Amino acid sequence: MRRANGVSRLLTLGAVVPALAACGAGDFEGGVEAGNAAPGATAVATTDPGNGTPGRAGAAEPVYGFGTPATASQIAAWDIDIGPDGAGLPPGQGTVAEGLEVWERHRCILCHGPTGREGPNDLLTGRIPGDEFPFANDRTLRSTVGNYWPYATTLFDYTRRAMPFDLPGTMTDEEVYAVVGAMLYFNDLLPADAVVDSATVVDTRMPARDRFVPDNRTGGPTIR
Amino acid sequence: MPEGARDGAEVGRETDGNGGDVNDREEGSGLTRRALIAGAAAAAGGAITAGATRGLVQEAQDPTKVPGARPVTVGSRSPHETPEKLLSGSMGGSSRTPLQDLHGIMTPADLHFERHHHGIPYINPATYRLLIHGMVDRPTLFTLEDLKRFPQVSKLLFIECSGNGGGAYAPSPSPQHTPQSVDGLLSTSEWSGVALSTLFEEVGAHADATWFLAEGSDAAVMGRSIPMEKAWDDAMIAYAQNGEAIRPEQGYPARVFLPGWEGNASVKWVRRIELSDRPGMYRDETSKYTDPLPDGTARQFSFVMDAKSIITYPTYPRRLPGPGFIEITGYAWTGRGLIERVEVSTDGGDSWHDAVLQEPVLPKCTTRFRHAWEWDGGPAHLLSRATDETGYTQPVRQQVLDARGPGTRYHSNAIRGWRGASDGSIEFAPVCGAPTGSRGC
Ligand code: HEC
Repeated sequence: MRRANGVSRLLTLGAVVPALAACGAGDFEGGVEAGNAAPGATAVATTDPGNGTPGRAGAAEPVYGFGTPATASQIAAWDIDIGPDGAGLPPGQGTVAEGLEVWERHRCILCHGPTGREGPNDLLTGRIPGDEFPFANDRTLRSTVGNYWPYATTLFDYTRRAMPFDLPGTMTDEEVYAVVGAMLYFNDLLPADAVVDSATVVDTRMPARDRFVPDNRTGGPTIR
Repeated sequence: MPEGARDGAEVGRETDGNGGDVNDREEGSGLTRRALIAGAAAAAGGAITAGATRGLVQEAQDPTKVPGARPVTVGSRSPHETPEKLLSGSMGGSSRTPLQDLHGIMTPADLHFERHHHGIPYINPATYRLLIHGMVDRPTLFTLEDLKRFPQVSKLLFIECSGNGGGAYAPSPSPQHTPQSVDGLLSTSEWSGVALSTLFEEVGAHADATWFLAEGSDAAVMGRSIPMEKAWDDAMIAYAQNGEAIRPEQGYPARVFLPGWEGNASVKWVRRIELSDRPGMYRDETSKYTDPLPDGTARQFSFVMDAKSIITYPTYPRRLPGPGFIEITGYAWTGRGLIERVEVSTDGGDSWHDAVLQEPVLPKCTTRFRHAWEWDGGPAHLLSRATDETGYTQPVRQQVLDARGPGTRYHSNAIRGWRGASDGSIEFAPVCGAPTGSRGC
């Protein structure tokens, strides 16, 4: 799902792309990291995702002419991802209270337990005192939404596309907002009376938000 | 394909109600196949009986005295060869390649490992579409036939699940591990398809797109974000594997393939690719497939699979065949390019010997290594360690522990080992300490 400011970027690009493409297909290598530089290392600044360097551009005109133009409605039907900036979040809202009903009605409870702690499937609930992040040092620790997930947008995205496991993608957007609220409530990240909408999902500060760093392995003799 | 047609082709023709089919007539001989078989059975004193299961054709006592079977439309293994994948996990699950049963570097497609998070979708190739949109001039839908019209790329490449070897990283791994149970989330195939750079040229990728987001048409609509550099380098949309269409378990009819990178990112059953200026932060690049580090951070987008090797013979569950010559063999691989060197130790790391690298040695592909060993019948501890073209050498467990701590299980590539005893038993026994002279976990 395109970022909110995608339109203005596109306007600028209209002028730039043909100029780059004029270098000829395959000639323009700008931005392609040579050798064993960690792939994506430049682009992955998780505190400022999208801060990448411009790279190579495609051709100004189709090279082969295979494929058919995709219409806006065809794109919309499949363009379901929710960005960490909230791009793609649908209208609508739910409440934590409704979410607790959804938790039972859509049988999350059967596979994840009454509060997301009891299983039998993936553990979803649990905080670590002080919101520490000692996963590397303690092999017995298990990750949860509350102690490991950096973005609540990911929780909305994954729940909407993949859950309930045996009937994926069957909940309404309102139900997804509500059940995301319930999971955040289980993790002490929202109060019991919270209303959940797109702003809540974007603004809920996840405890592990700043824990993620780019890959610093580069090959060579150092073990990282 | 019905069971009988694959495993019982010889007899199926005889009993499928087409009796006397002209195809059954031996050209020029005037003899029907039925007669031939009857004669053969009589001559051999054996029985060639109909049946619907593998192994229905019994061997003749002397195959030089009996005309052999006729060609079949689809071949099958000798009934004596029954390599199998090892299954694990109930809801998503995985299956592991029987590395100890294979030779050379290629993985037969039906023994290719699987790891999926929401089951295998079965997709109709006629209605399949790949959508490429986002930061492109021309959002486009491609049919499978469209994809096949583009210039083809084809390469021998390994693919490995990022969780491969996690079992070996446990503090005291089971001595009953096999190469398959330790490292069987690794397979090698010839992958054919269209370079993603070709498609991104075609749709007019924008120069400031820094990521592409790929999603599958499985029940999880599983997504991953990939830096654009990889597309311009060597990523492809693969539709064939070892010369045939990709199998459903591997992403039929088309998948992303990212040479040398963790398998999960090579999204199978791909239906949508969106060019973007930031990653999507999907569940499988946040909650999963990230590597916690001792300083309280977690490495994210850790795509490259670093150098590894594993001896696949002699290993548990087999036994050492007896004193004398034993050819130690196994696989080495690295996501960073070429394997430059594999060393083998038979004394737990006190001394190391250069193994022979069998051609072809290809980038981002498994390399078969061999070492001629004269077993004196005493205790032995077999290890292998790979070095890649960047000068990276496969670490011992302690080095990985120092860098990543005990809680990081993905990208587990520490030296694997096998301890042999005088009675011929040989068990899984990795080394833990310094590369030389260290003995125990
Ligand atoms: C039939 C069992 C089942 C049901 C019902 C179910 N889940 Fe799940 N859930 C699973 C399984 C299995 C996984 C792990 C999937 C995988 O490994 O990729 C999972 C994973 C998850 C995850 C991601 C966990 C992680 O750490 O990455 C979330 C969030 C989740 N489920 C939420 C829900 C919600 C909300 C519901 C109800 C709407 C629900 N689940 C219903 C079985 C179930």
